[in-house]
Amino acid sequence: MSRRVRCVMALVALAVLGATLVVAVADLEPFGHYPGPYGDVLAKVVPGERHTGQLVAATVLDYRGFDTLGEELILFTAACGCVALLRLRRRERGEASAPERPAPSFAARAVGGALVGPVVVLAAYVVIHGHLTPGGGFSGGVIGGGALLLAYAAGQNVRLRRVGSIGMLESVEAVGAGGFAALAIGGLIAAGATLQNFVPLGTSGMLLSAGTIPIGNVAIGIEVAGAVALIVAEFLEQALLQEPA
Amino acid sequence: MSVLAYLVAVWLLIAGIYGVVTSRHLVHLVICLGVAQASTYVLLLAIGYRSGAQAPIFGDIPQSTPVVDPVVQALTLTDVVVSATVSALLLALAVQAHKRFGSVDPDELNALRG
Amino acid sequence: MTVLQATCLIAVAIIGTLVVATRDPLRQAAVAGIFGLALSALFLSVQAPDVALSQITVGAIVVPVLVLLAMAKIREHDR
Repeated sequence: MSRRVRCVMALVALAVLGATLVVAVADLEPFGHYPGPYGDVLAKVVPGERHTGQLVAATVLDYRGFDTLGEELILFTAACGCVALLRLRRRERGEASAPERPAPSFAARAVGGALVGPVVVLAAYVVIHGHLTPGGGFSGGVIGGGALLLAYAAGQNVRLRRVGSIGMLESVEAVGAGGFAALAIGGLIAAGATLQNFVPLGTSGMLLSAGTIPIGNVAIGIEVAGAVALIVAEFLEQALLQEPA
Repeated sequence: MSVLAYLVAVWLLIAGIYGVVTSRHLVHLVICLGVAQASTYVLLLAIGYRSGAQAPIFGDIPQSTPVVDPVVQALTLTDVVVSATVSALLLALAVQAHKRFGSVDPDELNALRG
Repeated sequence: MTVLQATCLIAVAIIGTLVVATRDPLRQAAVAGIFGLALSALFLSVQAPDVALSQITVGAIVVPVLVLLAMAKIREHDR
């Protein structure tokens, strides 16, 4: 089947699909008239039951925590897949031959190096306050992974003595994933239902409130930061993290 | 006018799939897939929107204000981060395909042909 | 639907079409970054701050960087 025939067939099929979808969405509720009961039920119930005002965090980590466990595992598997695909290339290349890059300018190194610390603090803030403000484990984790990328762009090499540095990233990611799974099983053990909120709830609005929700946020933040940093490090192939001599 | 949000979601899906089908470069294909994924985010959030309502976070607003649906936001939030990681996996596959076949053109990856 | 939401929706549709129409992956990475920003503006206008925060970090930082790294590895192998 030549390329031209394939494109024409695609256009026809997509036109039919588009027409069907337009007819389908015309029957939805008009934009702005949300009908369903679940949002209203959550708005009424969550502040009393979980002592938190962040409905999205409560939904992600508590009421629909099982979906989040599945998404965590997708993240973990995708990171493992990236490592498996790109690690093979590195072994085939034999000795580590980091590609030569020109040294970044002084301004880039200064600003980049100075910003790594505040970005890590920002990531920790977004993760820990996930049950009070917008944010949470997923957003804060990506910011944390980006801090490592900033260190590379600033030309700093992160060197570790004993532990192989890729190994450190792998264990960070595993700790996060295992932490969330442990939270789920802890709910099973302590309260009879997986992912049940079994830690005492505090008063709403305080940092230590809402039971397992901030703990779940921290576990997810660690795992997402580890996964993003691991994927980026695998793509960069040792230019960032020096193997121990 | 009130179906504009849904029509934009349908258009993004059609455009993304067309980009995937007619792509000549594996990396271009992965980015077009990302556009198709964005259509689902737009559709979900458009369904959960309530006119005149606030964001579903009772930080400093009284608990009786109407809020938009938090369930669709929870679904979209996890999906955004996870689909970026899956795109990274697809890019790693593209890099390996280039190494194996010497080309990133999907039309030329013909190892399955006899 | 407010004017802001309508503007964001139309901007997202136009920039999405431009992302598909740009064939060169390096240029497409930049347009994809702008697409991510437009999406996050849309998410903010429909009262979804959590999603907008995730979309900004992912769509404007992670995806373009990964595309650039993949292109660098492909080119390095070509040499």
